[in-house]
Amino acid sequence: MFFVPWSLCGERMISKTGGLTIMTDSMISVTDLRKVYRMGEVEVQALRGVSFEVVKGEFVAIIGHSGSGKSTLMNMLGCLDTPTGGTYRLDGVETQDLGDDDLALVRSIKLGFVFQQYNLLPRQTALRNVEMPLIYRGVPAARRKARAAMALRMVGMGERMEHRPNELSGGQQQRVAIARALAGSPSLLLADEPTGALDTKTSGEIMDILTSLNRKQGLTVIVVTHEPDVAAYAGRVLTLRDGQLISDSAPRRAVAGPQTLERSI
Amino acid sequence: MTATVSNLGSLVPAVQAAPAEMLPPLEADAGAFSLTEVMRVAFDSLLANKTRSFLTMLGVIIGVASVVALLSLGDGAQASITGEVQSIGTNLLTIIPSSPGTRAMGPGSLSGNTPQTLSLDDAEAISALNLPVTGVSPQFSAGADIVAAAADKNAQVVGTTPAYFVVNELYPANGSLFTETQERSAEPVVVLGANLAKDLFGNGQAVGQTVRVKDVALRVVGVLAPKGSNGFGSVDDQAFVPLSLAQQRMFGARTPDGNSYRVGSISVAAQNPADLTSIEDRITVLLRERHRTKADGSTDDFRVVNMASALDTLNSVTTILTGFLAAIAGISLLVGGIGIMNIMLVSVSERTREIGLRKAVGARGQDILVQFIVEALVVSVTGGVIGLSFGALIAGLVSLSGLLTATVSLSSVALALGFSLAVGLFFGIYPARRAARLNPIDALRHE
Repeated sequence: MFFVPWSLCGERMISKTGGLTIMTDSMISVTDLRKVYRMGEVEVQALRGVSFEVVKGEFVAIIGHSGSGKSTLMNMLGCLDTPTGGTYRLDGVETQDLGDDDLALVRSIKLGFVFQQYNLLPRQTALRNVEMPLIYRGVPAARRKARAAMALRMVGMGERMEHRPNELSGGQQQRVAIARALAGSPSLLLADEPTGALDTKTSGEIMDILTSLNRKQGLTVIVVTHEPDVAAYAGRVLTLRDGQLISDSAPRRAVAGPQTLERSI
Repeated sequence: MTATVSNLGSLVPAVQAAPAEMLPPLEADAGAFSLTEVMRVAFDSLLANKTRSFLTMLGVIIGVASVVALLSLGDGAQASITGEVQSIGTNLLTIIPSSPGTRAMGPGSLSGNTPQTLSLDDAEAISALNLPVTGVSPQFSAGADIVAAAADKNAQVVGTTPAYFVVNELYPANGSLFTETQERSAEPVVVLGANLAKDLFGNGQAVGQTVRVKDVALRVVGVLAPKGSNGFGSVDDQAFVPLSLAQQRMFGARTPDGNSYRVGSISVAAQNPADLTSIEDRITVLLRERHRTKADGSTDDFRVVNMASALDTLNSVTTILTGFLAAIAGISLLVGGIGIMNIMLVSVSERTREIGLRKAVGARGQDILVQFIVEALVVSVTGGVIGLSFGALIAGLVSLSGLLTATVSLSSVALALGFSLAVGLFFGIYPARRAARLNPIDALRHE
């Protein structure tokens, strides 16, 4: 496996990391990551020096109560925000000093996002929604369509490509959102409370899709959640409290079943 | 094997089915966010709010339509003025009496209270200069009752020489014009304008009949072909008699010194319009000498009206007027632009989440910027094209009504489209920049 220094990359980089990768390579390396928000006179320390590594092919859950800093960490990992201090290397790219356009490029090439509220464009078909990230990568229309269709089939939405979000159930919309995240062959899939708006059964289906993408395709998955049942799907759980990592453990896999998938608050 | 995931009843097949296919790595990215896609997204979002898009466009439509209509009507008005003046003849100089110091406007004042300071001798002196002219034609006209057997009518009686018909390009429809000999001998003959002949004799034959003017019996020798208005009273309503007859027997126009006869005006037609100015100068100098007025013109008792320069003046007046009206119409275009900016700002705030999402999946600030600018441009240019058609329609309707011949010139089309493009760009940039600068995190959280 080789890392191309980001500074040496051209405007658009060829992704070398789609498909299966060697499991022991570093995907994420976070060192002493800090984030301070200034709200008027008050400084809020959202992250107070977080360090951890994630290797390729891991399935990691980040849990914590609201205010623990997990959303801030999620934004940093998703290259949506820049840290106040510390370093973050994503798939060989040092991201902490990148400008807005370079961060957009990293998001475009390396990352796939799944949000709690799906965030599909309401007037576009499922297919168009999945095509959207590829538009910004300049993929020609025909190839874009083919990839988007393939991604939709991967999440079991092959029959509903021409449906609009309001014609789909919550679970189906989240599948479309996962397909959208997959379309660009990301190195890392980031899911922010992916089951937060779904019932228990549908939550299980969504988590099963993420699990199988991780196991069968070796996709690195990070799920941010406050639900232990969701975290239970992950091979590793990072717990945040007050902006610090307080535990890094591998919980036992919960027995899949309606009783144990009850929501806990 | 791909459809099993849609079997929602079971969790196990879903796990097995999901990775059945694998996406190949995405290689060799073209990099450019293509214009077709930008246009597609722009049209999608405009069509999603059809009423709003149309109302926004309406500002530009009205602005462009009024600019185009006013410009073409202005052009039409100018063309019609030019046409009228040219029908009199742009190679024509008219010398009229004028009180020193007054600026009588044009030959319209020749029937006014201005003292009649021009004489037949003046006209002969001008002829004697041997200038490159086709004719020098003095005339003396006055209103009088023209009495025929069955009807009578008050009309302008113009005493003149046959040169007048040449200078003014008048031709007989029936009979003939009076001759040089008839003029010199003050023969009691008359040539009637087309309308006047109809008024006096109905549809009957006028030539050969007799009319009485100021107790002089005149034989009708000819009727002119209809000419239409020349801007200063139609020749169709006038009667033409030999100048000497009018001066001596009808209106008693002897000069105060008794040596000559007064004339109302003298028309001079140049062979070549380019010579007009030099001819005008020669005549002015001659008349100042003859009338013993100062060489600087301050005591001139006559004025030389140059039709070409009068035309220039008129044209510049209509151009200024047209430009002024178009500028006012342009203000409505500006207001339309502000409408675009307003709606674009609303659109940006409504689509904050969408912008956040697009940024999260890799759109750069400039991609969003281009997106919103193109949307503003689509509104303004579409409005511009519709406005242009409306403006052309208005111009066409006015032309159909026969008032003016208003044609939409290529330059006004270019102006209207260029303007609407500029308006879209100018008023689109601010909202687009706002959209481009949105922070993706805040945008995604936006409700």
